[in-house]
This record gives sequence, structure tokens and C-alpha cells, in this order.
Amino acid sequence: MSILAVTEQRGGAWNRMSFETLAAARQFARELDTTASAAVLGQSIGHLAAELAPQHLEKVYAVEHPLLQDYTPDAYTIALRQLLQRAKPSIVLFPHTYQVRDFLPKLAASLGKVAVSDAISHRVDHGQLVLARQLFQGKVNVDARFAGDAPHFASLQAGAYRADQPGPEGAPHPAAAVEKFAPRISPGDIRTRPLELFRESQQSLDLGAAEIIVSVGRGIQEAANIPLIEKLAEALGAELGASRPICDAGWLPHERQVGSSGQTVAPKMYMAIGISGAIQHLVGMKASRTVVAINKDPDAPIFEMADYGIVGDLFEVVPALVEALQKSK
Amino acid sequence: MKIVVAIKQVPARDSQLRIASSGKWIDEADLSYEINEPDAYALEAGLELKEAHGGEVVAVCAGPARVAQTIREALAKGADRAIHIQEEDPAALDPLATARLLAAALRSEAADLILTGLQSDDLGYGQTGAILAELLGLPHATLVMHVEKRDGGIRVKRELEDGWFQHVEMPLPALIAIQSGISKLRYATLMGIKKAKTKEVRRVTAADLGVAPLAASVTVDRLYLPQHTRRAQLFEGNPQEAAAQLVEKLRFEARVI
Repeated sequence: MSILAVTEQRGGAWNRMSFETLAAARQFARELDTTASAAVLGQSIGHLAAELAPQHLEKVYAVEHPLLQDYTPDAYTIALRQLLQRAKPSIVLFPHTYQVRDFLPKLAASLGKVAVSDAISHRVDHGQLVLARQLFQGKVNVDARFAGDAPHFASLQAGAYRADQPGPEGAPHPAAAVEKFAPRISPGDIRTRPLELFRESQQSLDLGAAEIIVSVGRGIQEAANIPLIEKLAEALGAELGASRPICDAGWLPHERQVGSSGQTVAPKMYMAIGISGAIQHLVGMKASRTVVAINKDPDAPIFEMADYGIVGDLFEVVPALVEALQKSK
Repeated sequence: MKIVVAIKQVPARDSQLRIASSGKWIDEADLSYEINEPDAYALEAGLELKEAHGGEVVAVCAGPARVAQTIREALAKGADRAIHIQEEDPAALDPLATARLLAAALRSEAADLILTGLQSDDLGYGQTGAILAELLGLPHATLVMHVEKRDGGIRVKRELEDGWFQHVEMPLPALIAIQSGISKLRYATLMGIKKAKTKEVRRVTAADLGVAPLAASVTVDRLYLPQHTRRAQLFEGNPQEAAAQLVEKLRFEARVI
């Protein structure tokens, strides 16, 4: 048994979630009494492999090929299948990034497997790994375990494991050997043609600079109710933010979207109104100093992140809050 | 262009869920269901492509008898016909099992384009589309915001993290998993609802399709309601009192206003 963490880079720069996956791989290995290795894929990635070597790992695989320069699901699946034959890991861990979501299901299915995607925690039961993940948008959890032959696949939710966890205690770990692995990929294997990355028209609004942000979510029900939140933002001298559904519906521009596909913010105060707190939203605001939540559902995940909260109807609470703010001035 | 849209039926968004006594699934008594929201966007994208380029939209859905309602709604919105893969046990439908049924049902369809939603609001694996592409030997892209037909294929706009996007080109046939929120969803018209009743729904079972269950690679120990580790100070009482308490805390304790 062994564990392989597959890291992610783009253009020679790490996706930082890779280090959460490394930390998880080390922890799983310790608890399952086995070893953890890591892999990085790309072209000219020697410096990245060298960065992984001191990370308390058994081995580092530098999977290099010109056709891995730009990500495609075909090239990544082919390269990883060949790497798995070489490395023979029992459990393969990935960060649950947008890129992993694109190719991991294909890779696992090509081996007749389902990946446990977006896992949030684990435990070891009788020497077996049990992974927890969320169902029904976080309303229910499930404990799942792998069955059948290795390799088994899982991806880990952003923030589920801390990247800064120290390695095993005791003597310093010697640097892992870096093994270069050159997969066989031919241009004809790749059916999609990725073009340049781009951003939409210059974002004119930098929410990251705001000291106070008042964000609004689905609870607002319709566009006509947005001015209610604008009034509160004004009373607080705050910028207006929003969760994804609000921007998708066109009720506020996308430049005001907070979350994994929008802006990441860390204001002095973040007030979430009618936002239940899907993980995609939470990763965009979890570094805020003080978080306030107003929601009618006492079980909304946002209350786990909040310092202060009011459980109630936002259409009653927000006007009361505006009035209280004006009174206290 | 012949377009297939894979849709799923899930419990309505505001459902209060209970765990079934088996501990392996939820208690389905008294639940109401709706189309999986991401799939509604896939259907919308399919209907828009058909309107622009002509052709046919076929909706395919795996699940128990209750999914007939969601299929009817897809037909009322404009799908031309539908395939209902009858599978009574929703807990048996992990993404690989679902994709194997869909693949078997779709092989003879020879679609130019298969669309799925990005993920389901029930299991949330976000895998069925990419697995289906693998099983059918098709190129794919996920997190797609826009599909544009071009000579010899399509060009799609993919969403990446942190506000980045990327265009990807590929030949047809292909599979695309659509990101939610990419366009405004249409409502079924009265005429559409009327016409839906006359549209063809082909009903098939796993046995009809020759699909034998695969040994599971992931097994469920149990479902449970998450323990809430709430650290928020909650303010109670009427809205005025709660708001006044909150303002006081923000001013004198957190000192953020």
C-alpha cells in the first residue's frame, strides 16, 4: 500500500491547493502506516519537482512531456495512467480543483472506478480509509470507503486539509529522490485544442480593497429587492458583494461576485445576507476578520463561519439593522 | 445538429431531508422533486443550439417512475423526444453506474453533441459527464459557459478559477458539461405543455440495454446529518432587538464600525 499525491501547476506556478493534498497524503500515510509520494505533471517542471523533494515524501515523480505543457484531459489521463502502472499506488489523491474536476472522472472511469470527489475529511477504521463527503448541497454527509482492487481515487475539498501542517515529528526527513517519468503521448491522442487563457473585460472593481463588504445571496428572492441591501451597504460605508446565483441571474454584475470563481476577499467585516454558505462562496471570504450572517435557516453552513448571526427573515432584519445603524451614529 | 441532453431529477432545493432507516439513502417519503438545476442550464443550451442550427434535442434521464414528470417538463420546454432509463433504486446510481446506462442508451443515437449539467444537487460528484465521454470515446470539456458551432466542430468557453477563462476547440461528436447560470432559463409555454403529451418517450431498463451492474469501487458506510460546529454568537428576539444587539457588538466588541 502507498499513497500518491498528484499536484497541480500551471505555467510553472503552483496551484496552492497542491500543498493541502501533500499534507493529507502524509497524514493518510502515517495513519495507514505506509508511504506518501507526489507527482507533478508538465513540461520544464524540474524546479517544481525539486521544491517537492524536501516535503517529507518517499519519492517525487516529475512527469514531463511537451504535450503536457498545456492542460488537456486526454494528455493528462494518458500520462497518469502510465504513471500509475509505474508507481503502483493504492490511493491517489488530488486537490479538488477545476482542472481535476475535468479529468479525474475520465481517468478513474478508464480503470472502471469512481473517484470519491470533493472529500472533506477522513478516518481510519480497521486499517481502511473512510472518506466523508457532502451530499444534497451540504445537507447530508456520507462516509464512503473504497472497494475492489487498487488504485483508488479521491479529490480533496479546498481547505479540508491545512497546507501548513508540519511533517512527521522526529529526525529530519531526507529529501525524496526525484524520478523523471516520460509518458508516451502522441499528438494524435489529443482531441481538444486548448487556446490562450484570458480574463473578461478589465475588472474595474477591486472588492479586495474594501474594508467592509455586504454580500447578498439567493435569500433576496428577486432583483427588485436588491436596493434593500444597497441601503444597508450605504449605512455601513460598505461595498456590495454577491454570491454566484445573484450574478448569474444578472441582478448584480459579475465583478461583485465573491467565491472560487469570483473574487477572494478578506475585509475587516463581511456581512453575508441570505447566503447559505456553499463551499464555493466560503473559500472566497473565509479570511475575513469578522463575519456576520443573516439567514432564515439556522442550519445554514454560513453560521459555522460567522462570528455573529441573526436567524431571521432578512426582509425584517435588514431594515431593522439599517435603522439601528442610523440611530447609533 | 443532433443534441442529447442528460438530465436528472433531484429533491427540491428547499427540502428538509431525513436519513432512511437503512442509513444508506434519504427517506423519500413526502419529498417533492425538480430538475437538477445545472441540467436545466444544459437543456437550455441544447435548445438554443437547436434554434440556431436546426436539428433535434433528445432528453435522457435515468431514475424511478417519478422522473417522468421531469422528462415531461423537458419536452414541454422544447425537447423533441426523450429516453427514460428506468432504475428504481436511486441509491444504486453512482456516477459510473449512471454513465454506463446513459452510454448504452445513447450509442445507437449517434448524437453530434451530448450536454450534461456540471454536477447534481443530490450526489454532487460532478463526474457523470466526463465519465460518459470516456465510455463513449468522445472528447469533452467541463465548466463550459458558451458553445459555438464552427466548421468541423465546436469552440467552447471554459471557466477556470479566479476569473480566468479559456477557449477550447474540438471536433464533433463531443460531450460538454455546462456550467450553471450561463443563460436565462425559459419557461414552458402552454402550447409546449400541450405538445409534450404527444411527444415520444422511449422507456428502457438496464436489462433492455444489456447493462449488468459493475462491482462498486466505492461503498457507502452510512449517510448522516452533519454536526454543526457553530461558533457564531446569535442574537434573538424581534428583529429590532436583534439588530440593536448586533450593532452594539460590532461597535464595541469587534470594533469594525
